[in-house]
Amino acid sequence: MKPKVAFYWCASCGGCEEAVVDLAEKVLDVVAAVDIVFWPVALDFKRKDVEAMPDGSIAAAFINGAIRTSEQEEMAHLLRRKAQVVIAFGACAQTGGIPGLANLYDRESVLAAVYRESPSTANAEGVLPQPHYPVNGEALELPVFHERVRALNQVIPVDYSIPGCPPTPKLLADAVAALLTGRLPERGAVLAPDKALCEECPRRDSKPEKLAIQQFKRPHETLIETDKCLLAQGLLCLGPATRAGCEARCIQGNMPCTGCFGATSRVRDFGAKALSAIASLTGSNDEAEIVQILENIPDPVGSFYRYSLPVAPLPAKRAPAAE
Amino acid sequence: MTQPSARIGVYICHCGTNIAGTVDVAALREYAATLPHVVVARDYKYMCSDPGQELIKTDIAENGLNRVVVAACSPHLHEHTFRSACEEAGLNPYLCHMVNIREHDSWVHTGPAATEKAKDLLRAAVQRVVWNEPLERRQIPIRQSVLVVGGGIAGIHAALTLANAGKKVYLVEREPSIGGHMAMFDKTFPTLDCAACILTPKMTAVKSNPNITLWTYSEVISVEGYVGDFRVQVRRKPRYVIEDLCVGCLECVEACVYKQPKFADEFNLGLSKRKPIYLPFPQAVPQVVLIDPETCIEFKSGKCKKTCVEACGERNAIDFNQKETIETIEVGAIILATGYQTFDASRISYYGYGTYPNVYTALEVERLINASGPTGGELVLRDGRKPRTVGIIHCVGSRDEHTNRWCSRVCCMYSLKLAHLVKERTGAEVYNFYIDMRTPGKGFEEFYNRVAEEGVHFIRGKVADVYPANGDGQLTLKVEDTLLGQVRKIPVDMVILAVGLEPRADATEVRRMFNISCSSEGWFLERHPKLAPVNTFTDGIFLAGCCQGPKDIPDTVAQAGAAAAEAFQLLDLSAIEMEPNTAYVLEGVCSGCKTCVGLCPYNAISFLADKHVAHINEALCKGCGTCVAACPSGSIRQHLFEDEQIFEEVHGIMA
Repeated sequence: MKPKVAFYWCASCGGCEEAVVDLAEKVLDVVAAVDIVFWPVALDFKRKDVEAMPDGSIAAAFINGAIRTSEQEEMAHLLRRKAQVVIAFGACAQTGGIPGLANLYDRESVLAAVYRESPSTANAEGVLPQPHYPVNGEALELPVFHERVRALNQVIPVDYSIPGCPPTPKLLADAVAALLTGRLPERGAVLAPDKALCEECPRRDSKPEKLAIQQFKRPHETLIETDKCLLAQGLLCLGPATRAGCEARCIQGNMPCTGCFGATSRVRDFGAKALSAIASLTGSNDEAEIVQILENIPDPVGSFYRYSLPVAPLPAKRAPAAE
Repeated sequence: MTQPSARIGVYICHCGTNIAGTVDVAALREYAATLPHVVVARDYKYMCSDPGQELIKTDIAENGLNRVVVAACSPHLHEHTFRSACEEAGLNPYLCHMVNIREHDSWVHTGPAATEKAKDLLRAAVQRVVWNEPLERRQIPIRQSVLVVGGGIAGIHAALTLANAGKKVYLVEREPSIGGHMAMFDKTFPTLDCAACILTPKMTAVKSNPNITLWTYSEVISVEGYVGDFRVQVRRKPRYVIEDLCVGCLECVEACVYKQPKFADEFNLGLSKRKPIYLPFPQAVPQVVLIDPETCIEFKSGKCKKTCVEACGERNAIDFNQKETIETIEVGAIILATGYQTFDASRISYYGYGTYPNVYTALEVERLINASGPTGGELVLRDGRKPRTVGIIHCVGSRDEHTNRWCSRVCCMYSLKLAHLVKERTGAEVYNFYIDMRTPGKGFEEFYNRVAEEGVHFIRGKVADVYPANGDGQLTLKVEDTLLGQVRKIPVDMVILAVGLEPRADATEVRRMFNISCSSEGWFLERHPKLAPVNTFTDGIFLAGCCQGPKDIPDTVAQAGAAAAEAFQLLDLSAIEMEPNTAYVLEGVCSGCKTCVGLCPYNAISFLADKHVAHINEALCKGCGTCVAACPSGSIRQHLFEDEQIFEEVHGIMA
């Protein structure tokens, strides 16, 4: 009997699902080797089908996306029960990802922005999503929208993580291969190399030994040279702080690393480490001048905690309610 | 790194009542005994005493302790003591950790909160020490030379002491001659020795000592390195006179196209004139003239007849094209003797300094009564008259919340000295206006009595105003005589302001360059006010003289000797043990991002291109932690500050 595999998405953009599809013809090898028993985006299985499976009968569940709603939370718990191995797939599941930046605001501000204030919203009555809503004598039910966005391992125990926004097909294929052969590392591991991206960056030899950045530039503000270290060109490249394994795809596309692969195993707070490293490269010893140089970095939280705000020790806008 | 099976001994010091008076040490001991891995917990009156240390040693032997936590004073004071005690008992000294429950707790808190805080700190230390690892100290050689910065009496004495002991000394002085303030004084209190008579032999001894390299008119511009191995750059300003060729005959000065001196003489505080080519003062060391390019016609127009060059003749000592040079030296220790500046009396407008010509600072009067001064030692006013009455105002720019709060320590005594000298030279009536008379020193009180018996008047009160009396250029001093309890107005011909001592204007830049601390007032900070008065918090850098705080000549000389002894002791070790708290690269996971390479203040990090990783030279690493914090992938760690140790300490505090 082939091992059973499940895919599920929570608060995510769908990019991680694309990563599965991006396996292209290799997906046939995967299908040949495993039984996909649950994959809402592609196959017509329902929640009740999963509930009917014996506990622990799924070999591995790949869950992408962060946890924001009660439905996502319930599904995470359900899959945890049914699966022997749970893999946080992609940056959102691993550390909260882009949806996690919503933690800069409280729940009410988020709902008001989306359902009332956004210019494209037509909602004259100002209706907000309700968990229970009577329509024609029947009760409609919607998932509860929690106070905060959480990473998967803040909700259920997670066995492995595959980083990336989205993960590369290679990492997924390697992970499936490791599952099939039983050659999995110690539980809790991130299934990607444990060095920083500079290691595999094609431009690494062009990086000077001493950087003294006078001005940070955003990609649209400068003509980016294609063969020179991006930091040396004043672009905020987080490659030095970010885990390798992405094959430097953004760099190859002439764009700086934004840190989606997260920190190495040795770093507890990606944003603080990245900020500390970048700040140390500013080319001044004068306090006022340093402030001026760093002011060129727009949205520091969004830049340094773009993928990891929910797991960061930064204080959230509002203390999490008992969820 | 795995968690070892720790057996911890906890020792709580009462420090007499310093700690036990505030912290409930018995409760703390009982609490400590409940913490994980703690095998024994004790409290003792003085842990640093021999019996206190013996407790630790005995427990290590009898209870098989493999970790020790001492809750006492600052590690600055006794970390070494307790680490040594552990080492003597066969335990690696770095498995001993100190908790500061005195400076951080009992001295700054009161009530039950102090005990609670002590528990938090102790718990953090216990959690941390579990993760401490045995470490070994490194040996590094010490360069056998010393840099002395500043050529006043402090720098001179320190340099001579070291040179006479056979050490190589570089003495760097900013001004064209050594001698400092002391060279400007006439007599010294309370013995009335002639300042020049006792100083100039030492100045010439500096010049002739083969172990001393004297660089005057020079300034330190950068300092790198660390104890035993400092690399210092010195800028040598151009004198436009070649030092090795000038013999100090002064024929050039005589021959200068300016027949009369025309420009303010710095050494005489502008009370006399000099020429563009000049010797700072007759006893200057080195006896080498210099040219002031601001006033020399050759520099201003290029059309001077250069009679000075003619006069110099075949010696060819004058070189208008001389450029500044930068010398780099390597020394094992540094003594800072950069001195002080006198308070700018014009800051107190109501004393009229700079407004009324007959108001002088004490330093100006030192020059006026000096035989080599502007008037040949005759005390006369600017209009040539001899003063018949003189008022000396004490505490100008001292003990005053509007200027400087501190007592400058020397003003009472030098005011008494000036009172005596003025009376002796002119027979004038002299009034001393003082707040408190401070004469604590050998022979000081006796000198005060002697001056009083000579008929000098003493009025206790702070002068409130100085203003012109009717005609004659006389000034009226308005003062509340607090002994009489009434306001008095006393007319005098001459006012002498006993200006205080303050840190030099560039003390902050100097202290940054040498990486030492200073007090909020700006005096350089000693490592310990009582037990390490000439050391700084930077190993290998010592203090002498008034840069550390106001003091008189005997104290300065004593301190300079102490600084020289400390430096000598350091050099004499020939090698020192370096703390093992160095940073190291995890080569297997370093991505070669080079972030750390340019950050190291000690140039200890290099990039190994073949391995594509950073490498830290442990002999150069001082354990500052900069690279550890900056390494973006967490691939640099630091002994004694490992992540597990720090995080466990934080968790312990927060628990």
